[in-house]
Amino acid sequence: MAAKDDRKSVGVEFVKGFWKENPILVMLLGMCPTLAVTTSVINGLTMGLAVVFVLTCSSLIVSIVRNIIPKQVRIPVFIVIIATFVTMVDLFLKAFLLDLSKALGPFIPLIVVNCIILGRAEAFASKKGVFLSVVDALGVSFGFTITLVILGGIREVLGMRTFFGHPVLGEGFEPWIVMLLPPGAFITLGLLLGVKNSIDKRLKEKRSR
Amino acid sequence: MEVILIFISAVLVNNFVLSYFLGICPFIGVSERIESSVSMGFAVTFVLTLSAAITWLINNYILIAFNVPFLQYVSFIIVIAALVQFVEMFIRKTSKTLYYALGIYLPLITTNCAILGLALFGALRAYSFIENIVFGIGAGLGFTLALVIMAGIREELDLADVPEPLKGAAITLIIAGLLALAFMGFAGLISV
Repeated sequence: MAAKDDRKSVGVEFVKGFWKENPILVMLLGMCPTLAVTTSVINGLTMGLAVVFVLTCSSLIVSIVRNIIPKQVRIPVFIVIIATFVTMVDLFLKAFLLDLSKALGPFIPLIVVNCIILGRAEAFASKKGVFLSVVDALGVSFGFTITLVILGGIREVLGMRTFFGHPVLGEGFEPWIVMLLPPGAFITLGLLLGVKNSIDKRLKEKRSR
Repeated sequence: MEVILIFISAVLVNNFVLSYFLGICPFIGVSERIESSVSMGFAVTFVLTLSAAITWLINNYILIAFNVPFLQYVSFIIVIAALVQFVEMFIRKTSKTLYYALGIYLPLITTNCAILGLALFGALRAYSFIENIVFGIGAGLGFTLALVIMAGIREELDLADVPEPLKGAAITLIIAGLLALAFMGFAGLISV
């Protein structure tokens, strides 16, 4: 029975990051990379995967050392752990994917102050066991990645007529340049939030009926 | 001349919030009332200016001098966290009024990405010491400007009839988009 419960809660911890506790759409965390890098799908995907790596590794380490760290200094310790993994990702991108690294610019190092990561470390990894923490980190960061890909997809298709660099809309479609610029990012994310809220409302009505 | 250009660029043309997306969290979280947004804006400007000076010194006299630039992120974030803590203690000792006015906003600044973003942009563009400080002041004033405008709009918004699903953060983001569109009008002013 206990094993079954565990398995169920692992599933719940993993899935909740996609919809119920989606870091961007529900918790409004990590907005600055979300808006800045989603000019194309590939940029959003790279950013998402970088966050997956950093969040998973730092949650792992935080949940391992959580009992050794004195409570008063935990936040600086978490930040140093996070900054170390971010440095690793940054050096990796510079070594193997220089173009992408240039396109993302200072937004890779800015993962250090991404509230998603510190938030998960503080709210989850510092309290729960190693395995659950990693599952939680994976769920939340994949939820983040998928949202980035959707946002990047909308902006790339409307702004450049392409998806992953492949043309999808015909010549007749005049690209909306504004989608690639900062206003496009804000407005697309705002509308996406609106769509999510109205779907949630519908689901709730259906359930209460 | 160069310094003036950097200043104008940081305040208007490349506004930190509206064109670099730095400091969005407080921009959405603390922009409900004009009063609190002014306090937040000045607290951020203060820390931005100080951290611009200190991170420049560390970057040039320690990291570059000893050839360890890969320690940049770790050392910058530690410096910023320590700086915010120090500023908080200093203000509490010297001016109780200012301390209570800033309240919760001071510790929140550590995780404001504008601070680390400024340090990184400054290092990336290889500004001189004076230029970096002016960049910090400009970025802080730009942040304050965007925050106060947003708070002004949101105070009026209480009376507006917003569609149900767009209430809260969604409409705030859309307004920010329109503001960003307006700020793009400054783009022709200078090209930096």
